[in-house]
Amino acid sequence: MSARREPVVDLALAREHGLSEAEWRRILEILGRTPSFAELGIFSVMWSEHCSYKSSRKHLKTLPSAGERVLVGPGEGAGAVAIGDGLAVIFKIESHNHPSYIEPTQGAATGVGGILRDVFSMGARPIASLDSIRFGPLEEPKHKMLLRGVVHGIGGYGNAVGVPTVGGETTFHPCYRGNILVNAFNLGLVEADRIFLGQATGIANPVIYVGSRTGRDGIHGASLLASAEFDDRTEAKRPTVQVGDPFTEKCLIEACLDVMRSGDLVGIQDMGAAGLTCSSFEMASRAGTGIEMDLDRVPQRAAGMTPYELLLSESQERMLLVARQGAEERVRAIFADWDLEAVVVGRVTGDGRMRVRWHGETVVDIPVDPVAQSAPLYDRPLRAPADLGERQKLDLASIEPESDPLGALEQLLDSPNLGAKHWVWRQYDSLVQGNTVVGPGGDAALVRVKREDGVATRKALAMAVHCNPRWCWLDPRGGTIAAVAETARRVACSGARPLALTNCLNFGNPEKPEIMWEFAEAVRGLGEAAEALGTPVVSGNVSFYNETAGVPIHPTPTVAMVGLLDDVERHAVSAFPTAGLAIVLLGETREELGGSHWLQLRRGREAGLPPSVDLAHERRLHGLLADAVANGLVRSAHGVSGGGLAVALAECCFGSSIGARVALGERLRLEALLFGESTGRVVATSADSGALLARARAAGVPARRIGETGGRRLVIGAEERPPWIDADLASLAAIWTRAIPRRLEDS
Amino acid sequence: MEVFAVIQFPGSNDDRDMRFALKSALGVDARLVWHKERELPPGTNAVLLPGGFSYGDYLRCGAMARFSPIMAAVMRFAAAGGPVLGTCNGFQVLCEAGLLPGALLRNRGLDFVCEWVHVRVERAAAPFTSRARAGQRLQLPIKHGDGCYFAAPDELARLEAAGQIVLRYCAPDGSLDDAANPNGSAGHVAGVRNAAGNVMGLMPHPEHAAEALTGGTDGLVILGSLADAVGAAA
Repeated sequence: MSARREPVVDLALAREHGLSEAEWRRILEILGRTPSFAELGIFSVMWSEHCSYKSSRKHLKTLPSAGERVLVGPGEGAGAVAIGDGLAVIFKIESHNHPSYIEPTQGAATGVGGILRDVFSMGARPIASLDSIRFGPLEEPKHKMLLRGVVHGIGGYGNAVGVPTVGGETTFHPCYRGNILVNAFNLGLVEADRIFLGQATGIANPVIYVGSRTGRDGIHGASLLASAEFDDRTEAKRPTVQVGDPFTEKCLIEACLDVMRSGDLVGIQDMGAAGLTCSSFEMASRAGTGIEMDLDRVPQRAAGMTPYELLLSESQERMLLVARQGAEERVRAIFADWDLEAVVVGRVTGDGRMRVRWHGETVVDIPVDPVAQSAPLYDRPLRAPADLGERQKLDLASIEPESDPLGALEQLLDSPNLGAKHWVWRQYDSLVQGNTVVGPGGDAALVRVKREDGVATRKALAMAVHCNPRWCWLDPRGGTIAAVAETARRVACSGARPLALTNCLNFGNPEKPEIMWEFAEAVRGLGEAAEALGTPVVSGNVSFYNETAGVPIHPTPTVAMVGLLDDVERHAVSAFPTAGLAIVLLGETREELGGSHWLQLRRGREAGLPPSVDLAHERRLHGLLADAVANGLVRSAHGVSGGGLAVALAECCFGSSIGARVALGERLRLEALLFGESTGRVVATSADSGALLARARAAGVPARRIGETGGRRLVIGAEERPPWIDADLASLAAIWTRAIPRRLEDS
Repeated sequence: MEVFAVIQFPGSNDDRDMRFALKSALGVDARLVWHKERELPPGTNAVLLPGGFSYGDYLRCGAMARFSPIMAAVMRFAAAGGPVLGTCNGFQVLCEAGLLPGALLRNRGLDFVCEWVHVRVERAAAPFTSRARAGQRLQLPIKHGDGCYFAAPDELARLEAAGQIVLRYCAPDGSLDDAANPNGSAGHVAGVRNAAGNVMGLMPHPEHAAEALTGGTDGLVILGSLADAVGAAA
């Protein structure tokens, strides 16, 4: 049906588009004819791994996604959870890994832009961002450049768009040398009865294109860039990375929220991966309708764009709306007030087909559902990695004891993974919108809930993002359980109750059984932990093919947890608040050194089983924290994480320059006592430790008083012997603060 | 009741935060005024130009916003002696519009900087700093990429002599050391006013230091002074 000079559509061309022979045959079956070039493009993006989740869906559907507070679960732009008072939060985390490796600033910036659109397209005002970013060794010039670029991109976009970046994590490991990770999280606030969905309902309703014009940028970004491994030709894919325009995004947020308040909007969706194609097919499919569209009406940035290009472009800052019939002029006027284009490009139809016209001819005429919902699903083979036993082998008796505990603490604090991240955070506006109670650097960020009309509530939202990829490499299921437990624990440290989670599953090539096994194990752990902690999985994203030249990243299932605090005036911070408080350790230290930072930095080994997680204990601990913070028994709380108890105590001191004297009584290996990373532990302070210990006992949480705050030194020892560590806080803090800047300066 | 007009440019980000601070901490009737308006609301007593990235700041910061329709009304209001306060991007707009001396350049370290800083009040006087004493230190947050204040040395000396330098970045003890100058501003200048004294700009954000819950209340020294000046403090 096309008379233009276009490539011959055949199996070879389909293969170039990343489709398999079986998938090609299926397309012929669905259409009963050979697809046009534009149609082939549509199938290739809709059935790409990135858009169709064809390898992961079988596993993802096992995840617990329901709960009494869950208003919208996986499948929409983002998940929605009720927080009371008629309000809901909408949140999701998403990857922008491949684009950020190729062009770090724009790749990261457009990652932030995309996740914001997923959130505000559901009617929510974005109120907080987090990010989880991972690089290769910071000693390598390439990774210094990538770190700088990604941070500039996240800051440049987030700052200009007026959404605070309130926390996140920045880590380094050689496994990310060829594939950095950029996972962006956003959370928005909405009135629970005003949530919008991406659906094209109401026959004859207008389909309206708003935002930036369509250019030739980003064609096949999702299908080719995010759905295949990197190789030595990756640099040539730079043109598939788009350029972000946060100013247009800011105007788009405000204009979309305005149009949502007008009552004229029926459905709305971001034009993200696969642009106009994905948004129109998904909206029609959800509503059981069809759409007819005229490509000549699409606002275009370049002259002479073909249907293929118009349908597949991933130009940023564009949305597709369906409005009530007759409201076209009112919608146009709202966008015009923000100097944005809003153009009717089509109508909703009742026949379940997508019909696209261009220059008067029909260039696409295909049924919606087979494309949107009948993507091939794969049950890919699984096989535990042959070296898994080797990875997990660790004979503690053969590990040489630590002879210099202070030197070990200093080395841990100086490592880029455990060192201070101020260099990163100070480039992000963490204050805009005026609700940041605890910003970057706390266990969880804490953001007060202010209604859209500007009235502050007493509620606050706690949020934390985390994953320990080394643990996931040693034990994908256990490591993922630990990530869920840690994010929930961090949220609980602020006094909030964990509500629900979102996740970004970053893995290698799923066509390899070992990678698929890691993925399946991680999803199993994610489900178990989410179930046990009562925190449903309400949204998520899968990023496969994070490998270069056949070398995959460590499995990295990044978890972001959101919690609710009923009275923001009663919250805890991480740092010691004053001198003279009792320090209480909640939870138990066990002889666990597998996968620890100490083992890696001091003995050069990444081995063993990661620390065990007792989910029932975690749940009791989180409940205890919420109660004890609410009634003032806990003044500060900080989870013990990377680097163990010694690093956790140092961090508590650094936040306020208040020292501590601590005596540890457990009979364990010194390394495990000071630097082991046993889970389920929190360093808390209290003005009434007797009452706190009694409450912990009643809650079934092991607890003991280990010392008190005060002075300008950190002293850690056991009773009746000289301390293992006795250090001036200022000198420890200097090492910790300089960990990242000093490495960036030596370039 | 007195009316405070908070101008909303496309790309303004701290407009709603300014309104919230004025309303909740000072009980002031603060209204957002869209940049396409040609007149300020009747009875406007003070004008605030908020922070953000007006028009994306893709050109020089503030260079586009000065041409917005509402700016003509703001200029008339200022010329008639009405108090105008610009914070962050608002300060940049006032410099671009010629209502304040000097210019704001890229930060010395090139990076965007978001952190709490100390500033010293150099001049305690109505309408912006009457609630302060000279030499008082305030803790306020900054968050900008282009906050390096520049004025030629002779102009800086003239501003100093005329008492137009209102705030300086300082160490916690009030001393002016280079490490306490977060963006490399000439003369450590964090805020200046015009010769007539009714127009002021500052890079720090008083509206983000208006609540103990979110970090501190020193910003109310400035916003409260303005409210006092027009008799609006509740």
